[in-house]
Amino acid sequence: MADWQSEQRARDGRLAAGSKFAAGKMVAPNDTTALLEAVIRPKDRICLEGDNQKQADFLAACLAKADPKVLHDLHVVQSGIVLPEHIDLFEKGIAKKLDFSYSGPQSHALPRVLRSGKVELGAIHTYIELFARYFVDLTPHVALTVARSADLAGNLYMGPNTEDSPAVIEATAFKGGIVVAQVNEVVDKLPRVDIPGDRVDFVVVAPKPFYVEPLFTRDPASITEIQILAAMMAIKGIYAEYGITRLNHGIGFNTAAIELLLPTYAEKLGLKGKIATHWALNPHPTLIPAIESGWVKQIHSFGSEVGMDAYMRARSDIYFTGRDGSMSSSRMYCQLAGLYATDLFIGSTLQIDLNGNSSTVTADRIAGFGGAPNMGSDAHGRRHPSEPWLKAGREAVDGRPQLMRGRKLVVQLVESFSEKMVPVFVEKLDSLELAEKFKLDLAPVMIYGDDVTHIVSEEGIANLLLCRTAEEREQAIRGIAGFTDVGRRRDRKMVEKLRERKIIRRPEDLGINPLDAHRSMLAARSIEDLMHWSGNLYDPPNKFRNW
Amino acid sequence: MEGAATSGQASWFQATARQRVAGLLDPNSFTEFLGPSERVQSPHLHLFDLPSAFDDGVVIGRGKLDGEDVLVAAQEGQFMGGTFGEVSGAKIVGLLRAARDHEHLPRTLLLLLDSGGVRLQEANAGELAVAELMRAIVEARCGGVAVIALVGGKSGAFGGAGLTAATCSRIVVSGQGRIAVSGPEVIETNEGVEEFDAEDKALVWSTDGGKNRRLIGGADAFAEDSMEGFRAAVQALMAKVPAFDLQTMQAEQERLAARQKRFGACDDAVSMWRILGIKEPKAIRDMDSKDFAALANSIKEANHDAR
Amino acid sequence: MQTLRFGHTAKRRLPGKKDIAIIGVVASGNLEVLLERVLPEAACEVDIATPLSGYDETWKAVVAEFVERSSPGGLRISINDGGARPDTVYLRLMQGSAVMEAE
Repeated sequence: MADWQSEQRARDGRLAAGSKFAAGKMVAPNDTTALLEAVIRPKDRICLEGDNQKQADFLAACLAKADPKVLHDLHVVQSGIVLPEHIDLFEKGIAKKLDFSYSGPQSHALPRVLRSGKVELGAIHTYIELFARYFVDLTPHVALTVARSADLAGNLYMGPNTEDSPAVIEATAFKGGIVVAQVNEVVDKLPRVDIPGDRVDFVVVAPKPFYVEPLFTRDPASITEIQILAAMMAIKGIYAEYGITRLNHGIGFNTAAIELLLPTYAEKLGLKGKIATHWALNPHPTLIPAIESGWVKQIHSFGSEVGMDAYMRARSDIYFTGRDGSMSSSRMYCQLAGLYATDLFIGSTLQIDLNGNSSTVTADRIAGFGGAPNMGSDAHGRRHPSEPWLKAGREAVDGRPQLMRGRKLVVQLVESFSEKMVPVFVEKLDSLELAEKFKLDLAPVMIYGDDVTHIVSEEGIANLLLCRTAEEREQAIRGIAGFTDVGRRRDRKMVEKLRERKIIRRPEDLGINPLDAHRSMLAARSIEDLMHWSGNLYDPPNKFRNW
Repeated sequence: MEGAATSGQASWFQATARQRVAGLLDPNSFTEFLGPSERVQSPHLHLFDLPSAFDDGVVIGRGKLDGEDVLVAAQEGQFMGGTFGEVSGAKIVGLLRAARDHEHLPRTLLLLLDSGGVRLQEANAGELAVAELMRAIVEARCGGVAVIALVGGKSGAFGGAGLTAATCSRIVVSGQGRIAVSGPEVIETNEGVEEFDAEDKALVWSTDGGKNRRLIGGADAFAEDSMEGFRAAVQALMAKVPAFDLQTMQAEQERLAARQKRFGACDDAVSMWRILGIKEPKAIRDMDSKDFAALANSIKEANHDAR
Repeated sequence: MQTLRFGHTAKRRLPGKKDIAIIGVVASGNLEVLLERVLPEAACEVDIATPLSGYDETWKAVVAEFVERSSPGGLRISINDGGARPDTVYLRLMQGSAVMEAE
């Protein structure tokens, strides 16, 4: 007789084994490693949350202490390889296979452990690709999650750091998996229920509150005149030109400069209400002046940001807010928003080649993709029109074809050289060398050139939509590549012609004097300024408090 | 462009030494001594493959502040951490000695400190300069020169610069400014991160920062982080610099001993502020400059002539 | 330390009243530019002291572009470089000549 409920029975077995270490759903911290050894089986697919923000750090530490004779050959299917413990799992032989998305903090350790042969790499994904595979062929057997608080029934409250959890837990819970949560405290009544208790099997109160890295905070004091110049060009030459109201900013000093120029430079251009009203964006502190000045209608966020809780609570008209008054984020939904409901993505990168392909990979560093490849892509499945989308679509073709599609603006905002005199514009991406070294099927590309519509550097804007040949594209890129080798090898005559066709626009062509780019244009010049803008509701983390 | 960086509201903390001098003094009143075109640079840095500066990171000269003649020495905190080297130290010492020796020169000298201390690559010369400077300040004060320290830059006033500040007649500090001797990293390395976490900026600033210094008597005026803020604070202090004599020195010794007794058991700034009778010590950190300055003016320990 | 010198003849003498200007600070990623109106006619000299080697061609290109754009005839320009990027160097040079051109 065929057995169609084997998953249920296996799950019951794991729960029985785990219940030895639990009172109801509650597990004592000292019993956590034993619990994990009881509910996880060798070769299981496991997900340790989170990605680049909140971390189930206590559960990670407990799992890393497991006996490799009991737990081995685990298949890690999680978005972030972030904590040292994540690498330890492979070093110790507890984990063997890896499918992931982002590894920024472990970008040097990961290649090392790959070379040692202790990791069998499945693939590097984007966030939502990995979550999507949770529902097809990479469903976790066990999810180790993290929340601010739980009640005795196992309901979980995450507050603004909801992030990836609902997607991870739903896939796991509805396919016979086990869900273990670490929380800061257990309470009688939660402010709101982010995860219903019947999806949660075990809860442990961690000895220390879970750590969240402040990743989306950029100190305005570090923004340079050159970044301000590029931001001015983006605002005048792209946002104003296409009428961009719905948008997504990648994190960086370049985009922070745009956010801080809205109440000043963009205000002077008369753009309030005409651009930058609806956002798919993490709670960037640098957007506070624009919000306070009335630029923003609403923001949906992928995750949260340290120090922004009280500000968001007081600005519930702007942020997505639960009935309890605290923000609720969703990586999954915000990624979809970025794909289908925005007309522009703008972000920075480490390398761009002559086709406009970009990559953050260097020969000895594997940081993964995160969400950028999805945010920085033209979603072909989109059907609803908007002005910017149609305008960009028209620029990409000649004449007026009967069957047309629009284009989402995908903008790379860079300085021609990055910090250590390393050129951003290159003939060949380092990614190719990395692929050879680690025998990857694909050279990791963050954003493909054929998705890119514009590149902005301190030298000008290159509009790739208007290019018709590979040669035009190459010279358009060389024409804004500044004093890099790539830039110095430009065909000057051709670049002039491209400038006449407005494929390349220099600051002067936009009516911008580069010498006018000055730090006094920023609506806030320091973290303290941002705090004052927020009426002291924004509470900057200690590492930013220099007063 | 330059105008914006020196305007009244421009940040002192983020400015260069030259921008501070221009923003502090009356427009077009500044004459520089040993300016960049004279190229009196460090004779040592090139041996370490380090770039030098045309003025070795110190701007000296004379000008006017609200019509009053002043001498000015400003350290460039962004160049080699504003450190005392052979030339940079000698420029400041020379200015102090000139003020000491020549009564026709302005009787007020503004010392815009922004320095981590002695330049390691020129250590002996730097140490000598600090020693000479402290002596020159004391001698100048004896001769009736008011030496006012302004602290509000990125390098703070650490090491020899902290000692120098303590020899001045009056001290102006902003919230961003810091005055101390041992640097936070040095404390952490020697005493452990549990004792003092140098990465915890909030902790560093609550201990060494302007607000704490002002409240416990380590500074005489609190300035907003702007050109106008420092200008106003200096103007107010210039009007009443106390006499410098044996009585002052004895009073200072008593003040310091009493302070040691009063706060010696505290292990953080907030506990000291509580002892001072401040009702909500935790609110000090984010209190705005105006409110804070007013509060500090009402605290007995913060306002004295014993320096 | 490396020293470089580039001599140019600009298209015209730089107008303006200022005889001397100093821009920037010697800090990591930054530079100090001293401009002195001391040369005859349209002569222009740029002297560079830099701790980084191997960038001669880049310096040459930046200086040439600057001379082309701003015609700084009559100026001796001296640079103390703290390892600044070429675009930062170009910006400081342009800021410098703008200050010298001011009436």
